Parts: sequence; structure tokens; C-alpha cells
Amino acid sequence: MNDQTMTPEERAANLKGLGSSRKRVEDVRFTQGKGNYVDDIKLDGMLFGAFVRSPYAHARVVSVNKDAAMAVPGVVAVLTAEDLAPLGLHWMPTLAGDKQMVLADGKVLFQGQEVAYVVAENRYIAADAAELVEVDYEELPVLTDPFEALKSDVVLREDLAGQTEGAHGPRKHHNHIFTWEQGDKDATEAVLGEADVVAEEMVYYHRTHPCPLETCGCVASMDKVTGKLTLYGTFQAPHAIRTVVSLISGLAEHNIRVISPDIGGGFGNKVGAYAGYVCSVVASIVTGQPVKWVENRMENLMSTAFARDYWMQGKIAATKDGKITGLWCHTTADHGGFDACADPTKFPAGFMNICTGSYDIPTAYLAVDGVYTNKAPGGVAYRCSFRVTEAAYFIERMIEVLAIKLNMDAAELRRINFIRKDQFPYQSALGWEYDSGDYHTAWDKALKAVDYEGLRAEQAQRIEDFKAGKTRKLLGIGLTHFTEIVGAGPVKNCDILGLGMFDSCEIRIHPTGSAIARLGTISQGQGHATTFAQIIASEIGLPADDITLEEGDTDTAPYGLGTYGSRSTPVAGAATAMAARKIRAKAQMIAAYLLEVHDDDVEWDVDRFSVKGAPERFKTMKEIAFAAYNQAIPGLEPGLEAVSYYDPPNMTYPFGAYICVMEIDVDTGEWDVRQFYALDDCGTRINPMIIEGQVHGGVTEALAIAMGQEIAYDEMGNVKTGTLMDFFLPTAWETPNYTTDHTVTPSPHHPIGAKGVGESPNVGGVPAFSNAVHDAFRPFGLVQSHMPHDHWRIWKIANGLGMHG
Amino acid sequence: MIPAGFEYHRPGDIASAIGILQEHGDEARVIAGGHSLIPMMKLRMAEMGHLVDLQAIDELKGIEISAETVSLGAMVTQHELITHDGLAAAIPLIREAALQIADPQVRYVGTVGGNVANGDPGNDMPGLMQCLNATFELSGPDGTRSVAARDFYEAAYFTAREDEEILTRISIPVPGAGVGQAYEKQKRKIGDYATAAAAVMVGNGQASVAMTNLADTPVWSESASNALADGDVSGCVAAMLDAIDPVADNRGPVEFKKHVAAVMLRRAIERAQSRAG
Repeated sequence: MNDQTMTPEERAANLKGLGSSRKRVEDVRFTQGKGNYVDDIKLDGMLFGAFVRSPYAHARVVSVNKDAAMAVPGVVAVLTAEDLAPLGLHWMPTLAGDKQMVLADGKVLFQGQEVAYVVAENRYIAADAAELVEVDYEELPVLTDPFEALKSDVVLREDLAGQTEGAHGPRKHHNHIFTWEQGDKDATEAVLGEADVVAEEMVYYHRTHPCPLETCGCVASMDKVTGKLTLYGTFQAPHAIRTVVSLISGLAEHNIRVISPDIGGGFGNKVGAYAGYVCSVVASIVTGQPVKWVENRMENLMSTAFARDYWMQGKIAATKDGKITGLWCHTTADHGGFDACADPTKFPAGFMNICTGSYDIPTAYLAVDGVYTNKAPGGVAYRCSFRVTEAAYFIERMIEVLAIKLNMDAAELRRINFIRKDQFPYQSALGWEYDSGDYHTAWDKALKAVDYEGLRAEQAQRIEDFKAGKTRKLLGIGLTHFTEIVGAGPVKNCDILGLGMFDSCEIRIHPTGSAIARLGTISQGQGHATTFAQIIASEIGLPADDITLEEGDTDTAPYGLGTYGSRSTPVAGAATAMAARKIRAKAQMIAAYLLEVHDDDVEWDVDRFSVKGAPERFKTMKEIAFAAYNQAIPGLEPGLEAVSYYDPPNMTYPFGAYICVMEIDVDTGEWDVRQFYALDDCGTRINPMIIEGQVHGGVTEALAIAMGQEIAYDEMGNVKTGTLMDFFLPTAWETPNYTTDHTVTPSPHHPIGAKGVGESPNVGGVPAFSNAVHDAFRPFGLVQSHMPHDHWRIWKIANGLGMHG
Repeated sequence: MIPAGFEYHRPGDIASAIGILQEHGDEARVIAGGHSLIPMMKLRMAEMGHLVDLQAIDELKGIEISAETVSLGAMVTQHELITHDGLAAAIPLIREAALQIADPQVRYVGTVGGNVANGDPGNDMPGLMQCLNATFELSGPDGTRSVAARDFYEAAYFTAREDEEILTRISIPVPGAGVGQAYEKQKRKIGDYATAAAAVMVGNGQASVAMTNLADTPVWSESASNALADGDVSGCVAAMLDAIDPVADNRGPVEFKKHVAAVMLRRAIERAQSRAG
């Protein structure tokens, strides 16, 4: 323990702290099938719930007849809105200031909407009985197009009739939700009017779905003796769920225990509150027995939170030399039947106002109109901070469109418009203060790594060959330089349902020098138990292997706002470092006492405090921990614990340069990603292996979204992509090889300089793939085409450009 | 995704299986690998009182190869088709096509008999069997009979098989030496049905072409085959485009499917020709 022969570097390596590619401690159980997911929870007497869902996208519910279902042996209850109404639970508040039906109250607004909830002794009986609930519907006209919805006489939300004021200001039409404006409209329009060049385009980011491997579910267990409700669930924000359950159910918050067990991926899908949670809680209270609800894949895709569905009309102004002078964006946001976006309260369009991207754009204006349609509610941040991927896709398309208009190389156009290193902290025209960045260095490194000049030469040759009839394959080079905004966020401007978006960590050092840390976040695959232990290891000098991490139990963990929007490392990671520093501060006093010197006469040395000028006199953290519990130290309480609630002073702004090289068959629309280079700058790198894994996963999701994944509706509002046959999830076969790279520009305001990385690859990946498709066809006249770029849509581009002879 | 209740039967021989079908009529369905039937049951689009599992019937297994004929038991899995060396030598087209069906996990369980008997226009084997001019052996209460693959398919999920019959074996004439074969398939991803797929045999002055998922049955075209036998590739493609009748779905509109059908067919012909002679 006191081995003086080890160098400080060797001692640091033993800690497996910051920068160590420590293997994921979670994987021992996950790779052996020993995870504990919601559906693994089995309680005595547990009942099962199943929903009756609407086959129609818009219909009046004339009647619901439960008789046949109730007659099935083993059926305990069938709940409808009428049963929930006396409790005031037939509607629930959404995270966006709207309200949403828990069970159909007189009408349905999207296909798959919950109409009745059948509770039975097992899931098989519940499924059979759900088939027997007779619902009489009267079909109503269906609105699936947000532009039509804003003109239509059809009133979707009759409950809001006559309300001209919504949660986010005036409503302009009965199907309108809000208008959100940022920036200077008049100045931007003036710039557009005077500009040498203005490029204008509609950029559509289609509706898709996070589709986590594990669907949503819960087990509600009301103990009528203690009056305590335990709610296990797939919650990305367990503490917020506890508060919401308390507020809407009237149960005292201390009588509610929310537990998020292992979660099989979230990607934003598991942030909000769903009808299944409310119905399960009610059913458990009514029956006195635990009630489990786990949705199936089709239910997940059809009814739980979707992502994107933004129609972004853009105008970008520049000088003839390519210096951007202004950006204008009007977004029509399709929110579905209820506004259930998961955004901080004051940001009804999330952080869409990061849409000036990596560029020094002096003047900008953004307006977003939210619209009701007959589609499922949601609008969650699918592996991105709130609406950041929409913003990044928008600006990275607009840059390409401007490059076409200017007849410029798109790499060079980016370079001359990047915010310079010396401009940070940078105040954007739409209101953000970018903390740090070095875009030119990252960009040059990326272009060099892929031999950008060589690729362009190869592309030029390919175009010649194509025109000469020697090949039917095109080469596309997709460029992206993205800037994210993550780590929501400062309590002064970020809250969800009034809960400030701080986060927390509590650390207890055990007498023998091991530790447990509990956080307000919850891992869904991110590897928190691995990486947060590394932060603590580096801060207090105990090996990461000796530190247990716990999250997700509201009875034991400190309050926090959960894991989404790449906020865990920027916020909870900061809380972890701050809590660890409190422990180190106390440890310093203990060490000084043990070494019989003044507090200021000891200094920190990797895993110990040593006497300044006499490094052979030291106390390791392990020795200090023991002393904290067995010695009476004057002026100090026993024990060694600390807690930190961290309110970040600012967001963090990770960035990256992604380049995709794609081969495209113009005859079939088939594509092949030949090369994908991803350079990420997420500030201080905690665990390079986990970062690489995050990038691989995120780029693969981006590939899915850009190249085929969508939630598509027909004109009747039927979901056309409700199974994994039609909803594209890439397998190993479709997934390309990736090259990862990095630069390191620490966040100046984060305790360890980390910025967050989990969502960067989705944010940067989507425009990189899409730009590759566009770039392949640019020489033949393509300006803009909408995602997803599946085979037939790519074929349609080629066909429209007359490339099929 | 929970199917309605059913009785499960696991007979040990063909006669017992037919007996169960006779007893329960259209309330009963046989199940082979289940990769078509089970999803339909989970969606409650297929509900039956009695499910007759064919896994325990040894008579339905095995690959037999003679100089003239290949005989496949209905319960032979796609995996067995792929890994059987003798089969790969006799009719390489079968292995090439089987490798393009779904993924290894599905292929370990999915059977050739289930694939051809279900009548799903998305399945690859029916078109392949029409190209190869295979014959299906059907066993029923009145004994066995043979139906040519080219006469078997009537409409989507409707075939010449009677409710009380079981497809037991497939026999396929071994193509002569010098016949080139190719299977070309476009799909959106692993596990997907074909956007368009083409099976082609050509050589020795003969040809056979069939296509998959471009109509409510597989499409074998005599005039397209004859045109190719005469060396008229464009005539072959034109005749096939005349024969197919694709519908729009998530894979794309009709116009696209027809275009891709022609591309797949041309590519299959080119590859088959390069292997001929």
C-alpha cells in the first residue's frame, strides 16, 4: 500500500481514472444475460395490463362495451376514461405544458391511442380479453399534414376550443400550438434583402422513432398496509417521474418509491410519462396487487414518443465570396395529437436556436410553429439534445445549398465561416454563449485524414466515367461540421415542470477505502458505473474498481433530473467531481492531523497527501479513510461523505467533423458507405473506449435515420412502418466500418473540462450521410431532396435528373 | 404480440399429421419453421385452434441427390441447403438463393417446405423452384400426388395444396452440365423480402427465368425464358416486365419496382451467362 517504489504515473494508472479505457463493469451481467430489466421483475400476485388501442387516427368513441372482456376468466378489471375521470386521471399533464388523454375521452387523435386498459391474471389472458372489448367508433376527417392542419376547419383538440392562449403564448388557429421566435427578424430580413447571394430551401427532417431495444414498461406495486407505492419502470428520469406521480395522483412524495432498474436503451423514448404508467398505478391501487405493463414493439413504434418531424424553411445570405451574413429559418413542427415534447419548459422547440451551427453568422432569426395533427405525440430528443439534430441537419444542408449557389467547395465554405478559436466564448445571434471550440484545427485534421483533395479528384474522374458510360455508380462525399449544445442545464433558464435541471452525486467512502457513489441520473447503456467511478478515482485517489455506482432508486439516490440530452457527464459528472473534491478537502485535514502538520503543509499526490518538501511522509487516501472512522480528530466530524448538487453555469458545446464517402448505384438506389470518419471533440475524455463505442452506436443510428428509418403514415393516418420489417434498424450487415478520431478542447466551466459525447454521433452523422447522397448527385443538378434516402427515393432522384436514359 | 390460444400437436409420422388435419379441418394448420406463420399468429391475422408441428417427422427430412434429381425433404432447413456440399455441386443456385434469405438465425430454423408451401409472394424459394422446374409432392387422405411448382401458386397464400394435404418433398431435375445459374436479389436490409429478385438458368440452348415479390405469386415466364434461350436478353426482359404486376408498398412505387425488376433480371442473366458453357 505504501509502496514508495511506484512512480506517480504507475500509481495513477492503477486507479483507472480519467483517460483510462477501463472495461465496462456493467457488461459482466449484460453479456451473461444477468441484467435486471423491468420485465424481469416478478412480484407475488402480480397482474398484467394490456391496452385496447384505436385502429383509427381520428374518431369519436361512441361507446366502450367491457362485458365480453370482463366475462373472461382471470380478467380483474377493464379501465376506461369513465373509470379514471372521478380520480381526475383520465388526462395527464405533458412535459410541454399541454395535457394528454390517458384513456380516450370521447375521441381518439392518433392510431394506436390508448382506449381501454385490461387487467388480468397473466399477460395471455389480458391479450385475449383486450380483443373482446367492443369499441364503437365514428370516423372523423384525418389530418396528417401540418400545413393542411393549419388551414383546416377540422378541430382536432376540442378540449382546447376557444383557448387562444397556449402554454407558450398565442395560438393562431385551432390546430396551432405555439409560435416560438428567437433572434432579430427585421435585421435578418434586411440582411437577406441586401445580400449578394441568398439560397433558399425547404429542409425536411422526417418523423422517426428512438426504438430502444427494450420497449417501455413498468410494474406498479401499491402496499395498502404501508401506503407506499413502488413503481419500477423504464424511466430516464426516475426522480422527475416520482414528483410527477405525486403531483397527479395526490400521493405524498415520500410514499412513492420509483426504481429504474437496468434499462435497455432510452434514446429519449423513456423520458416522458405514458398512459401505461398511470393505468398501472391506478390498477395497483384499485386491486391492491402489483400490476405489470410492458408494451410490445408495435405499440412502442406506434404510440410512444416519436422524434423529429420538422419542416424547416431556410434562407441563408452571403457575400459573393462566401462570407455568411444572415440566416433565416421558419419551422413547421408536427407534434401529433398532443404536445408531449420533452423540452425544458421555456424551450418549446428545444434548442433549435443552435441552428447557426459552427458558423459566425452575425444576424439570424428563427420562428417555430407547433401544430396538432392526427399522429402520435412525442417530439423527443432521439439521441440528441433537445432538437439539436434538427438544427444541425438544417444548417449543414443550408451550407451545402449555399455552396451550390456560390459554386464553391463546401469544405472551403465551411472553413471561411467557422467561429475562430479566438472568438470563444462566442455569443451567437440566436442567444447562446458557446463555451469553447477550435473548429479550424478539427476541420483541417479531418480533411487531411481522409485525403479530401484525393477524394475530390477521384470523384471528378468518376463523373467523367459515368458520363462516358463506363460506370453506373456515383461517389458522394458527405461533409459535416456540427456543434452541439448539451448538458441542460443552468437552473436559471432550464427546468422541466418547474424542476431545475441540476444534477447530483453523493459519495460515501467506506472505512477500508472503498466507496459507493449515488447519482440522480440513470444509465441506459452509457456505462455510468464505469465512467463516473473513473472521475472519482482521479479526484480522490481510490481505484475505480473499488467504487460502486448506484442510480435509479429514488429512496436512496440524491434528486436529479435524469439522463437524456447528453446531460449526465456535463451535469452529474460535474456533481461527481465536486462531491469528490469535498471529500478530498476533508481528507486533507485528516491527513494533516495524522502527519502532525498544518493543513496547508500537505499536498495532493495522485492517491495521497504528502508533506510538502518531504514526499516520503504521506498518508494514502485508504489510510485517511480508515482514520476518518476510527480516530477522534479535533474539529472534524467522523466519517467521510459528501454530496453535491451541481447547477451548471452554462451548457457545454461539443463539436466534431464527420466525413462520409458513399457509393451509389443510380439504377437501383442502393448505397454503400465506403468510408466514415468521425472526429469528435468532447472536451476531456473520461474513457476513450466508451467514447468510441458511443460514436459507433450513434453513427449507426444516424445511418438508420438518414438512409431508411421513418414513421410513415398513409392519408388515413395509418402507421405504415409499425414493425421492424419496415422500420429500419441496421444489423451488423448494414453497418459500415468507422474510423474515430478526436481533438481535445476542454470546457472552461466544467470541473473536469468534459462536454458529453453520447449524442454527437447522431447529430453529426445524419447530415454526413445525407450530404453524401446529395453530393453524389450535385454534379447532375440536385440541390435538395428529403430523407430518408432509401433505395426508391435515391432512385427517384436519379430518375428525376434523367439518369435512367 | 401474443397469439390467441391453440392446441399443439406433434405427430411422429405423416399419416398421423394428416389424421389431425382431417379431424380438425380448416381449424388446423401445419407449422414447419414457423417464420411466416408465427408472426401472423402474433398479429392475430392467423388464428387456428390446432397447430400441427412437423418437427418430429423424420420422413420429411433429408437431402437426396442422384445424377438426374435432387430430392429435398420439406423440413430441410435453409441452413442445411447452404451447408450441403453435394447440393452445392449439383444445383449451386439453391445455395446462392438460400444465402440471401433472412439471416443465419432464421435460416437455422426456416425450412424449404414452409417457404414454398405458404404461398407468401415475398418468399424466395417459390420463384426459385419455378425457375428450376421443381415438383412438389403432396400427401393427403387420398394418398400422394405431384404438382409442378409452375402450377402450384394461385394467389397470395392460395396454392394448389388442399387443406388436408401436407407438402412432403420437393424434387428438382439437376440442370445439365454447362447451364449457368444466378440468383439476384435487391432488398432494403438483411431479413427483408425482395424489392425484386430474379432466378435465371441459361445454357445449352435452354433458359428459365422466374421472379419474386413482383406479383401476388412468383412469376415464371415461358416467353421470357424462350427469348433468353434464343439469346434475346432485351426480349426476355420485356416479356418478364409484361408478366409481373407489382404493387406499391414501403419498398417503393410500381414504377420503381418495374425498373429494379429489369435491373435484377439483367444482372442475373449476365451472371448466369458468365457461368454457362
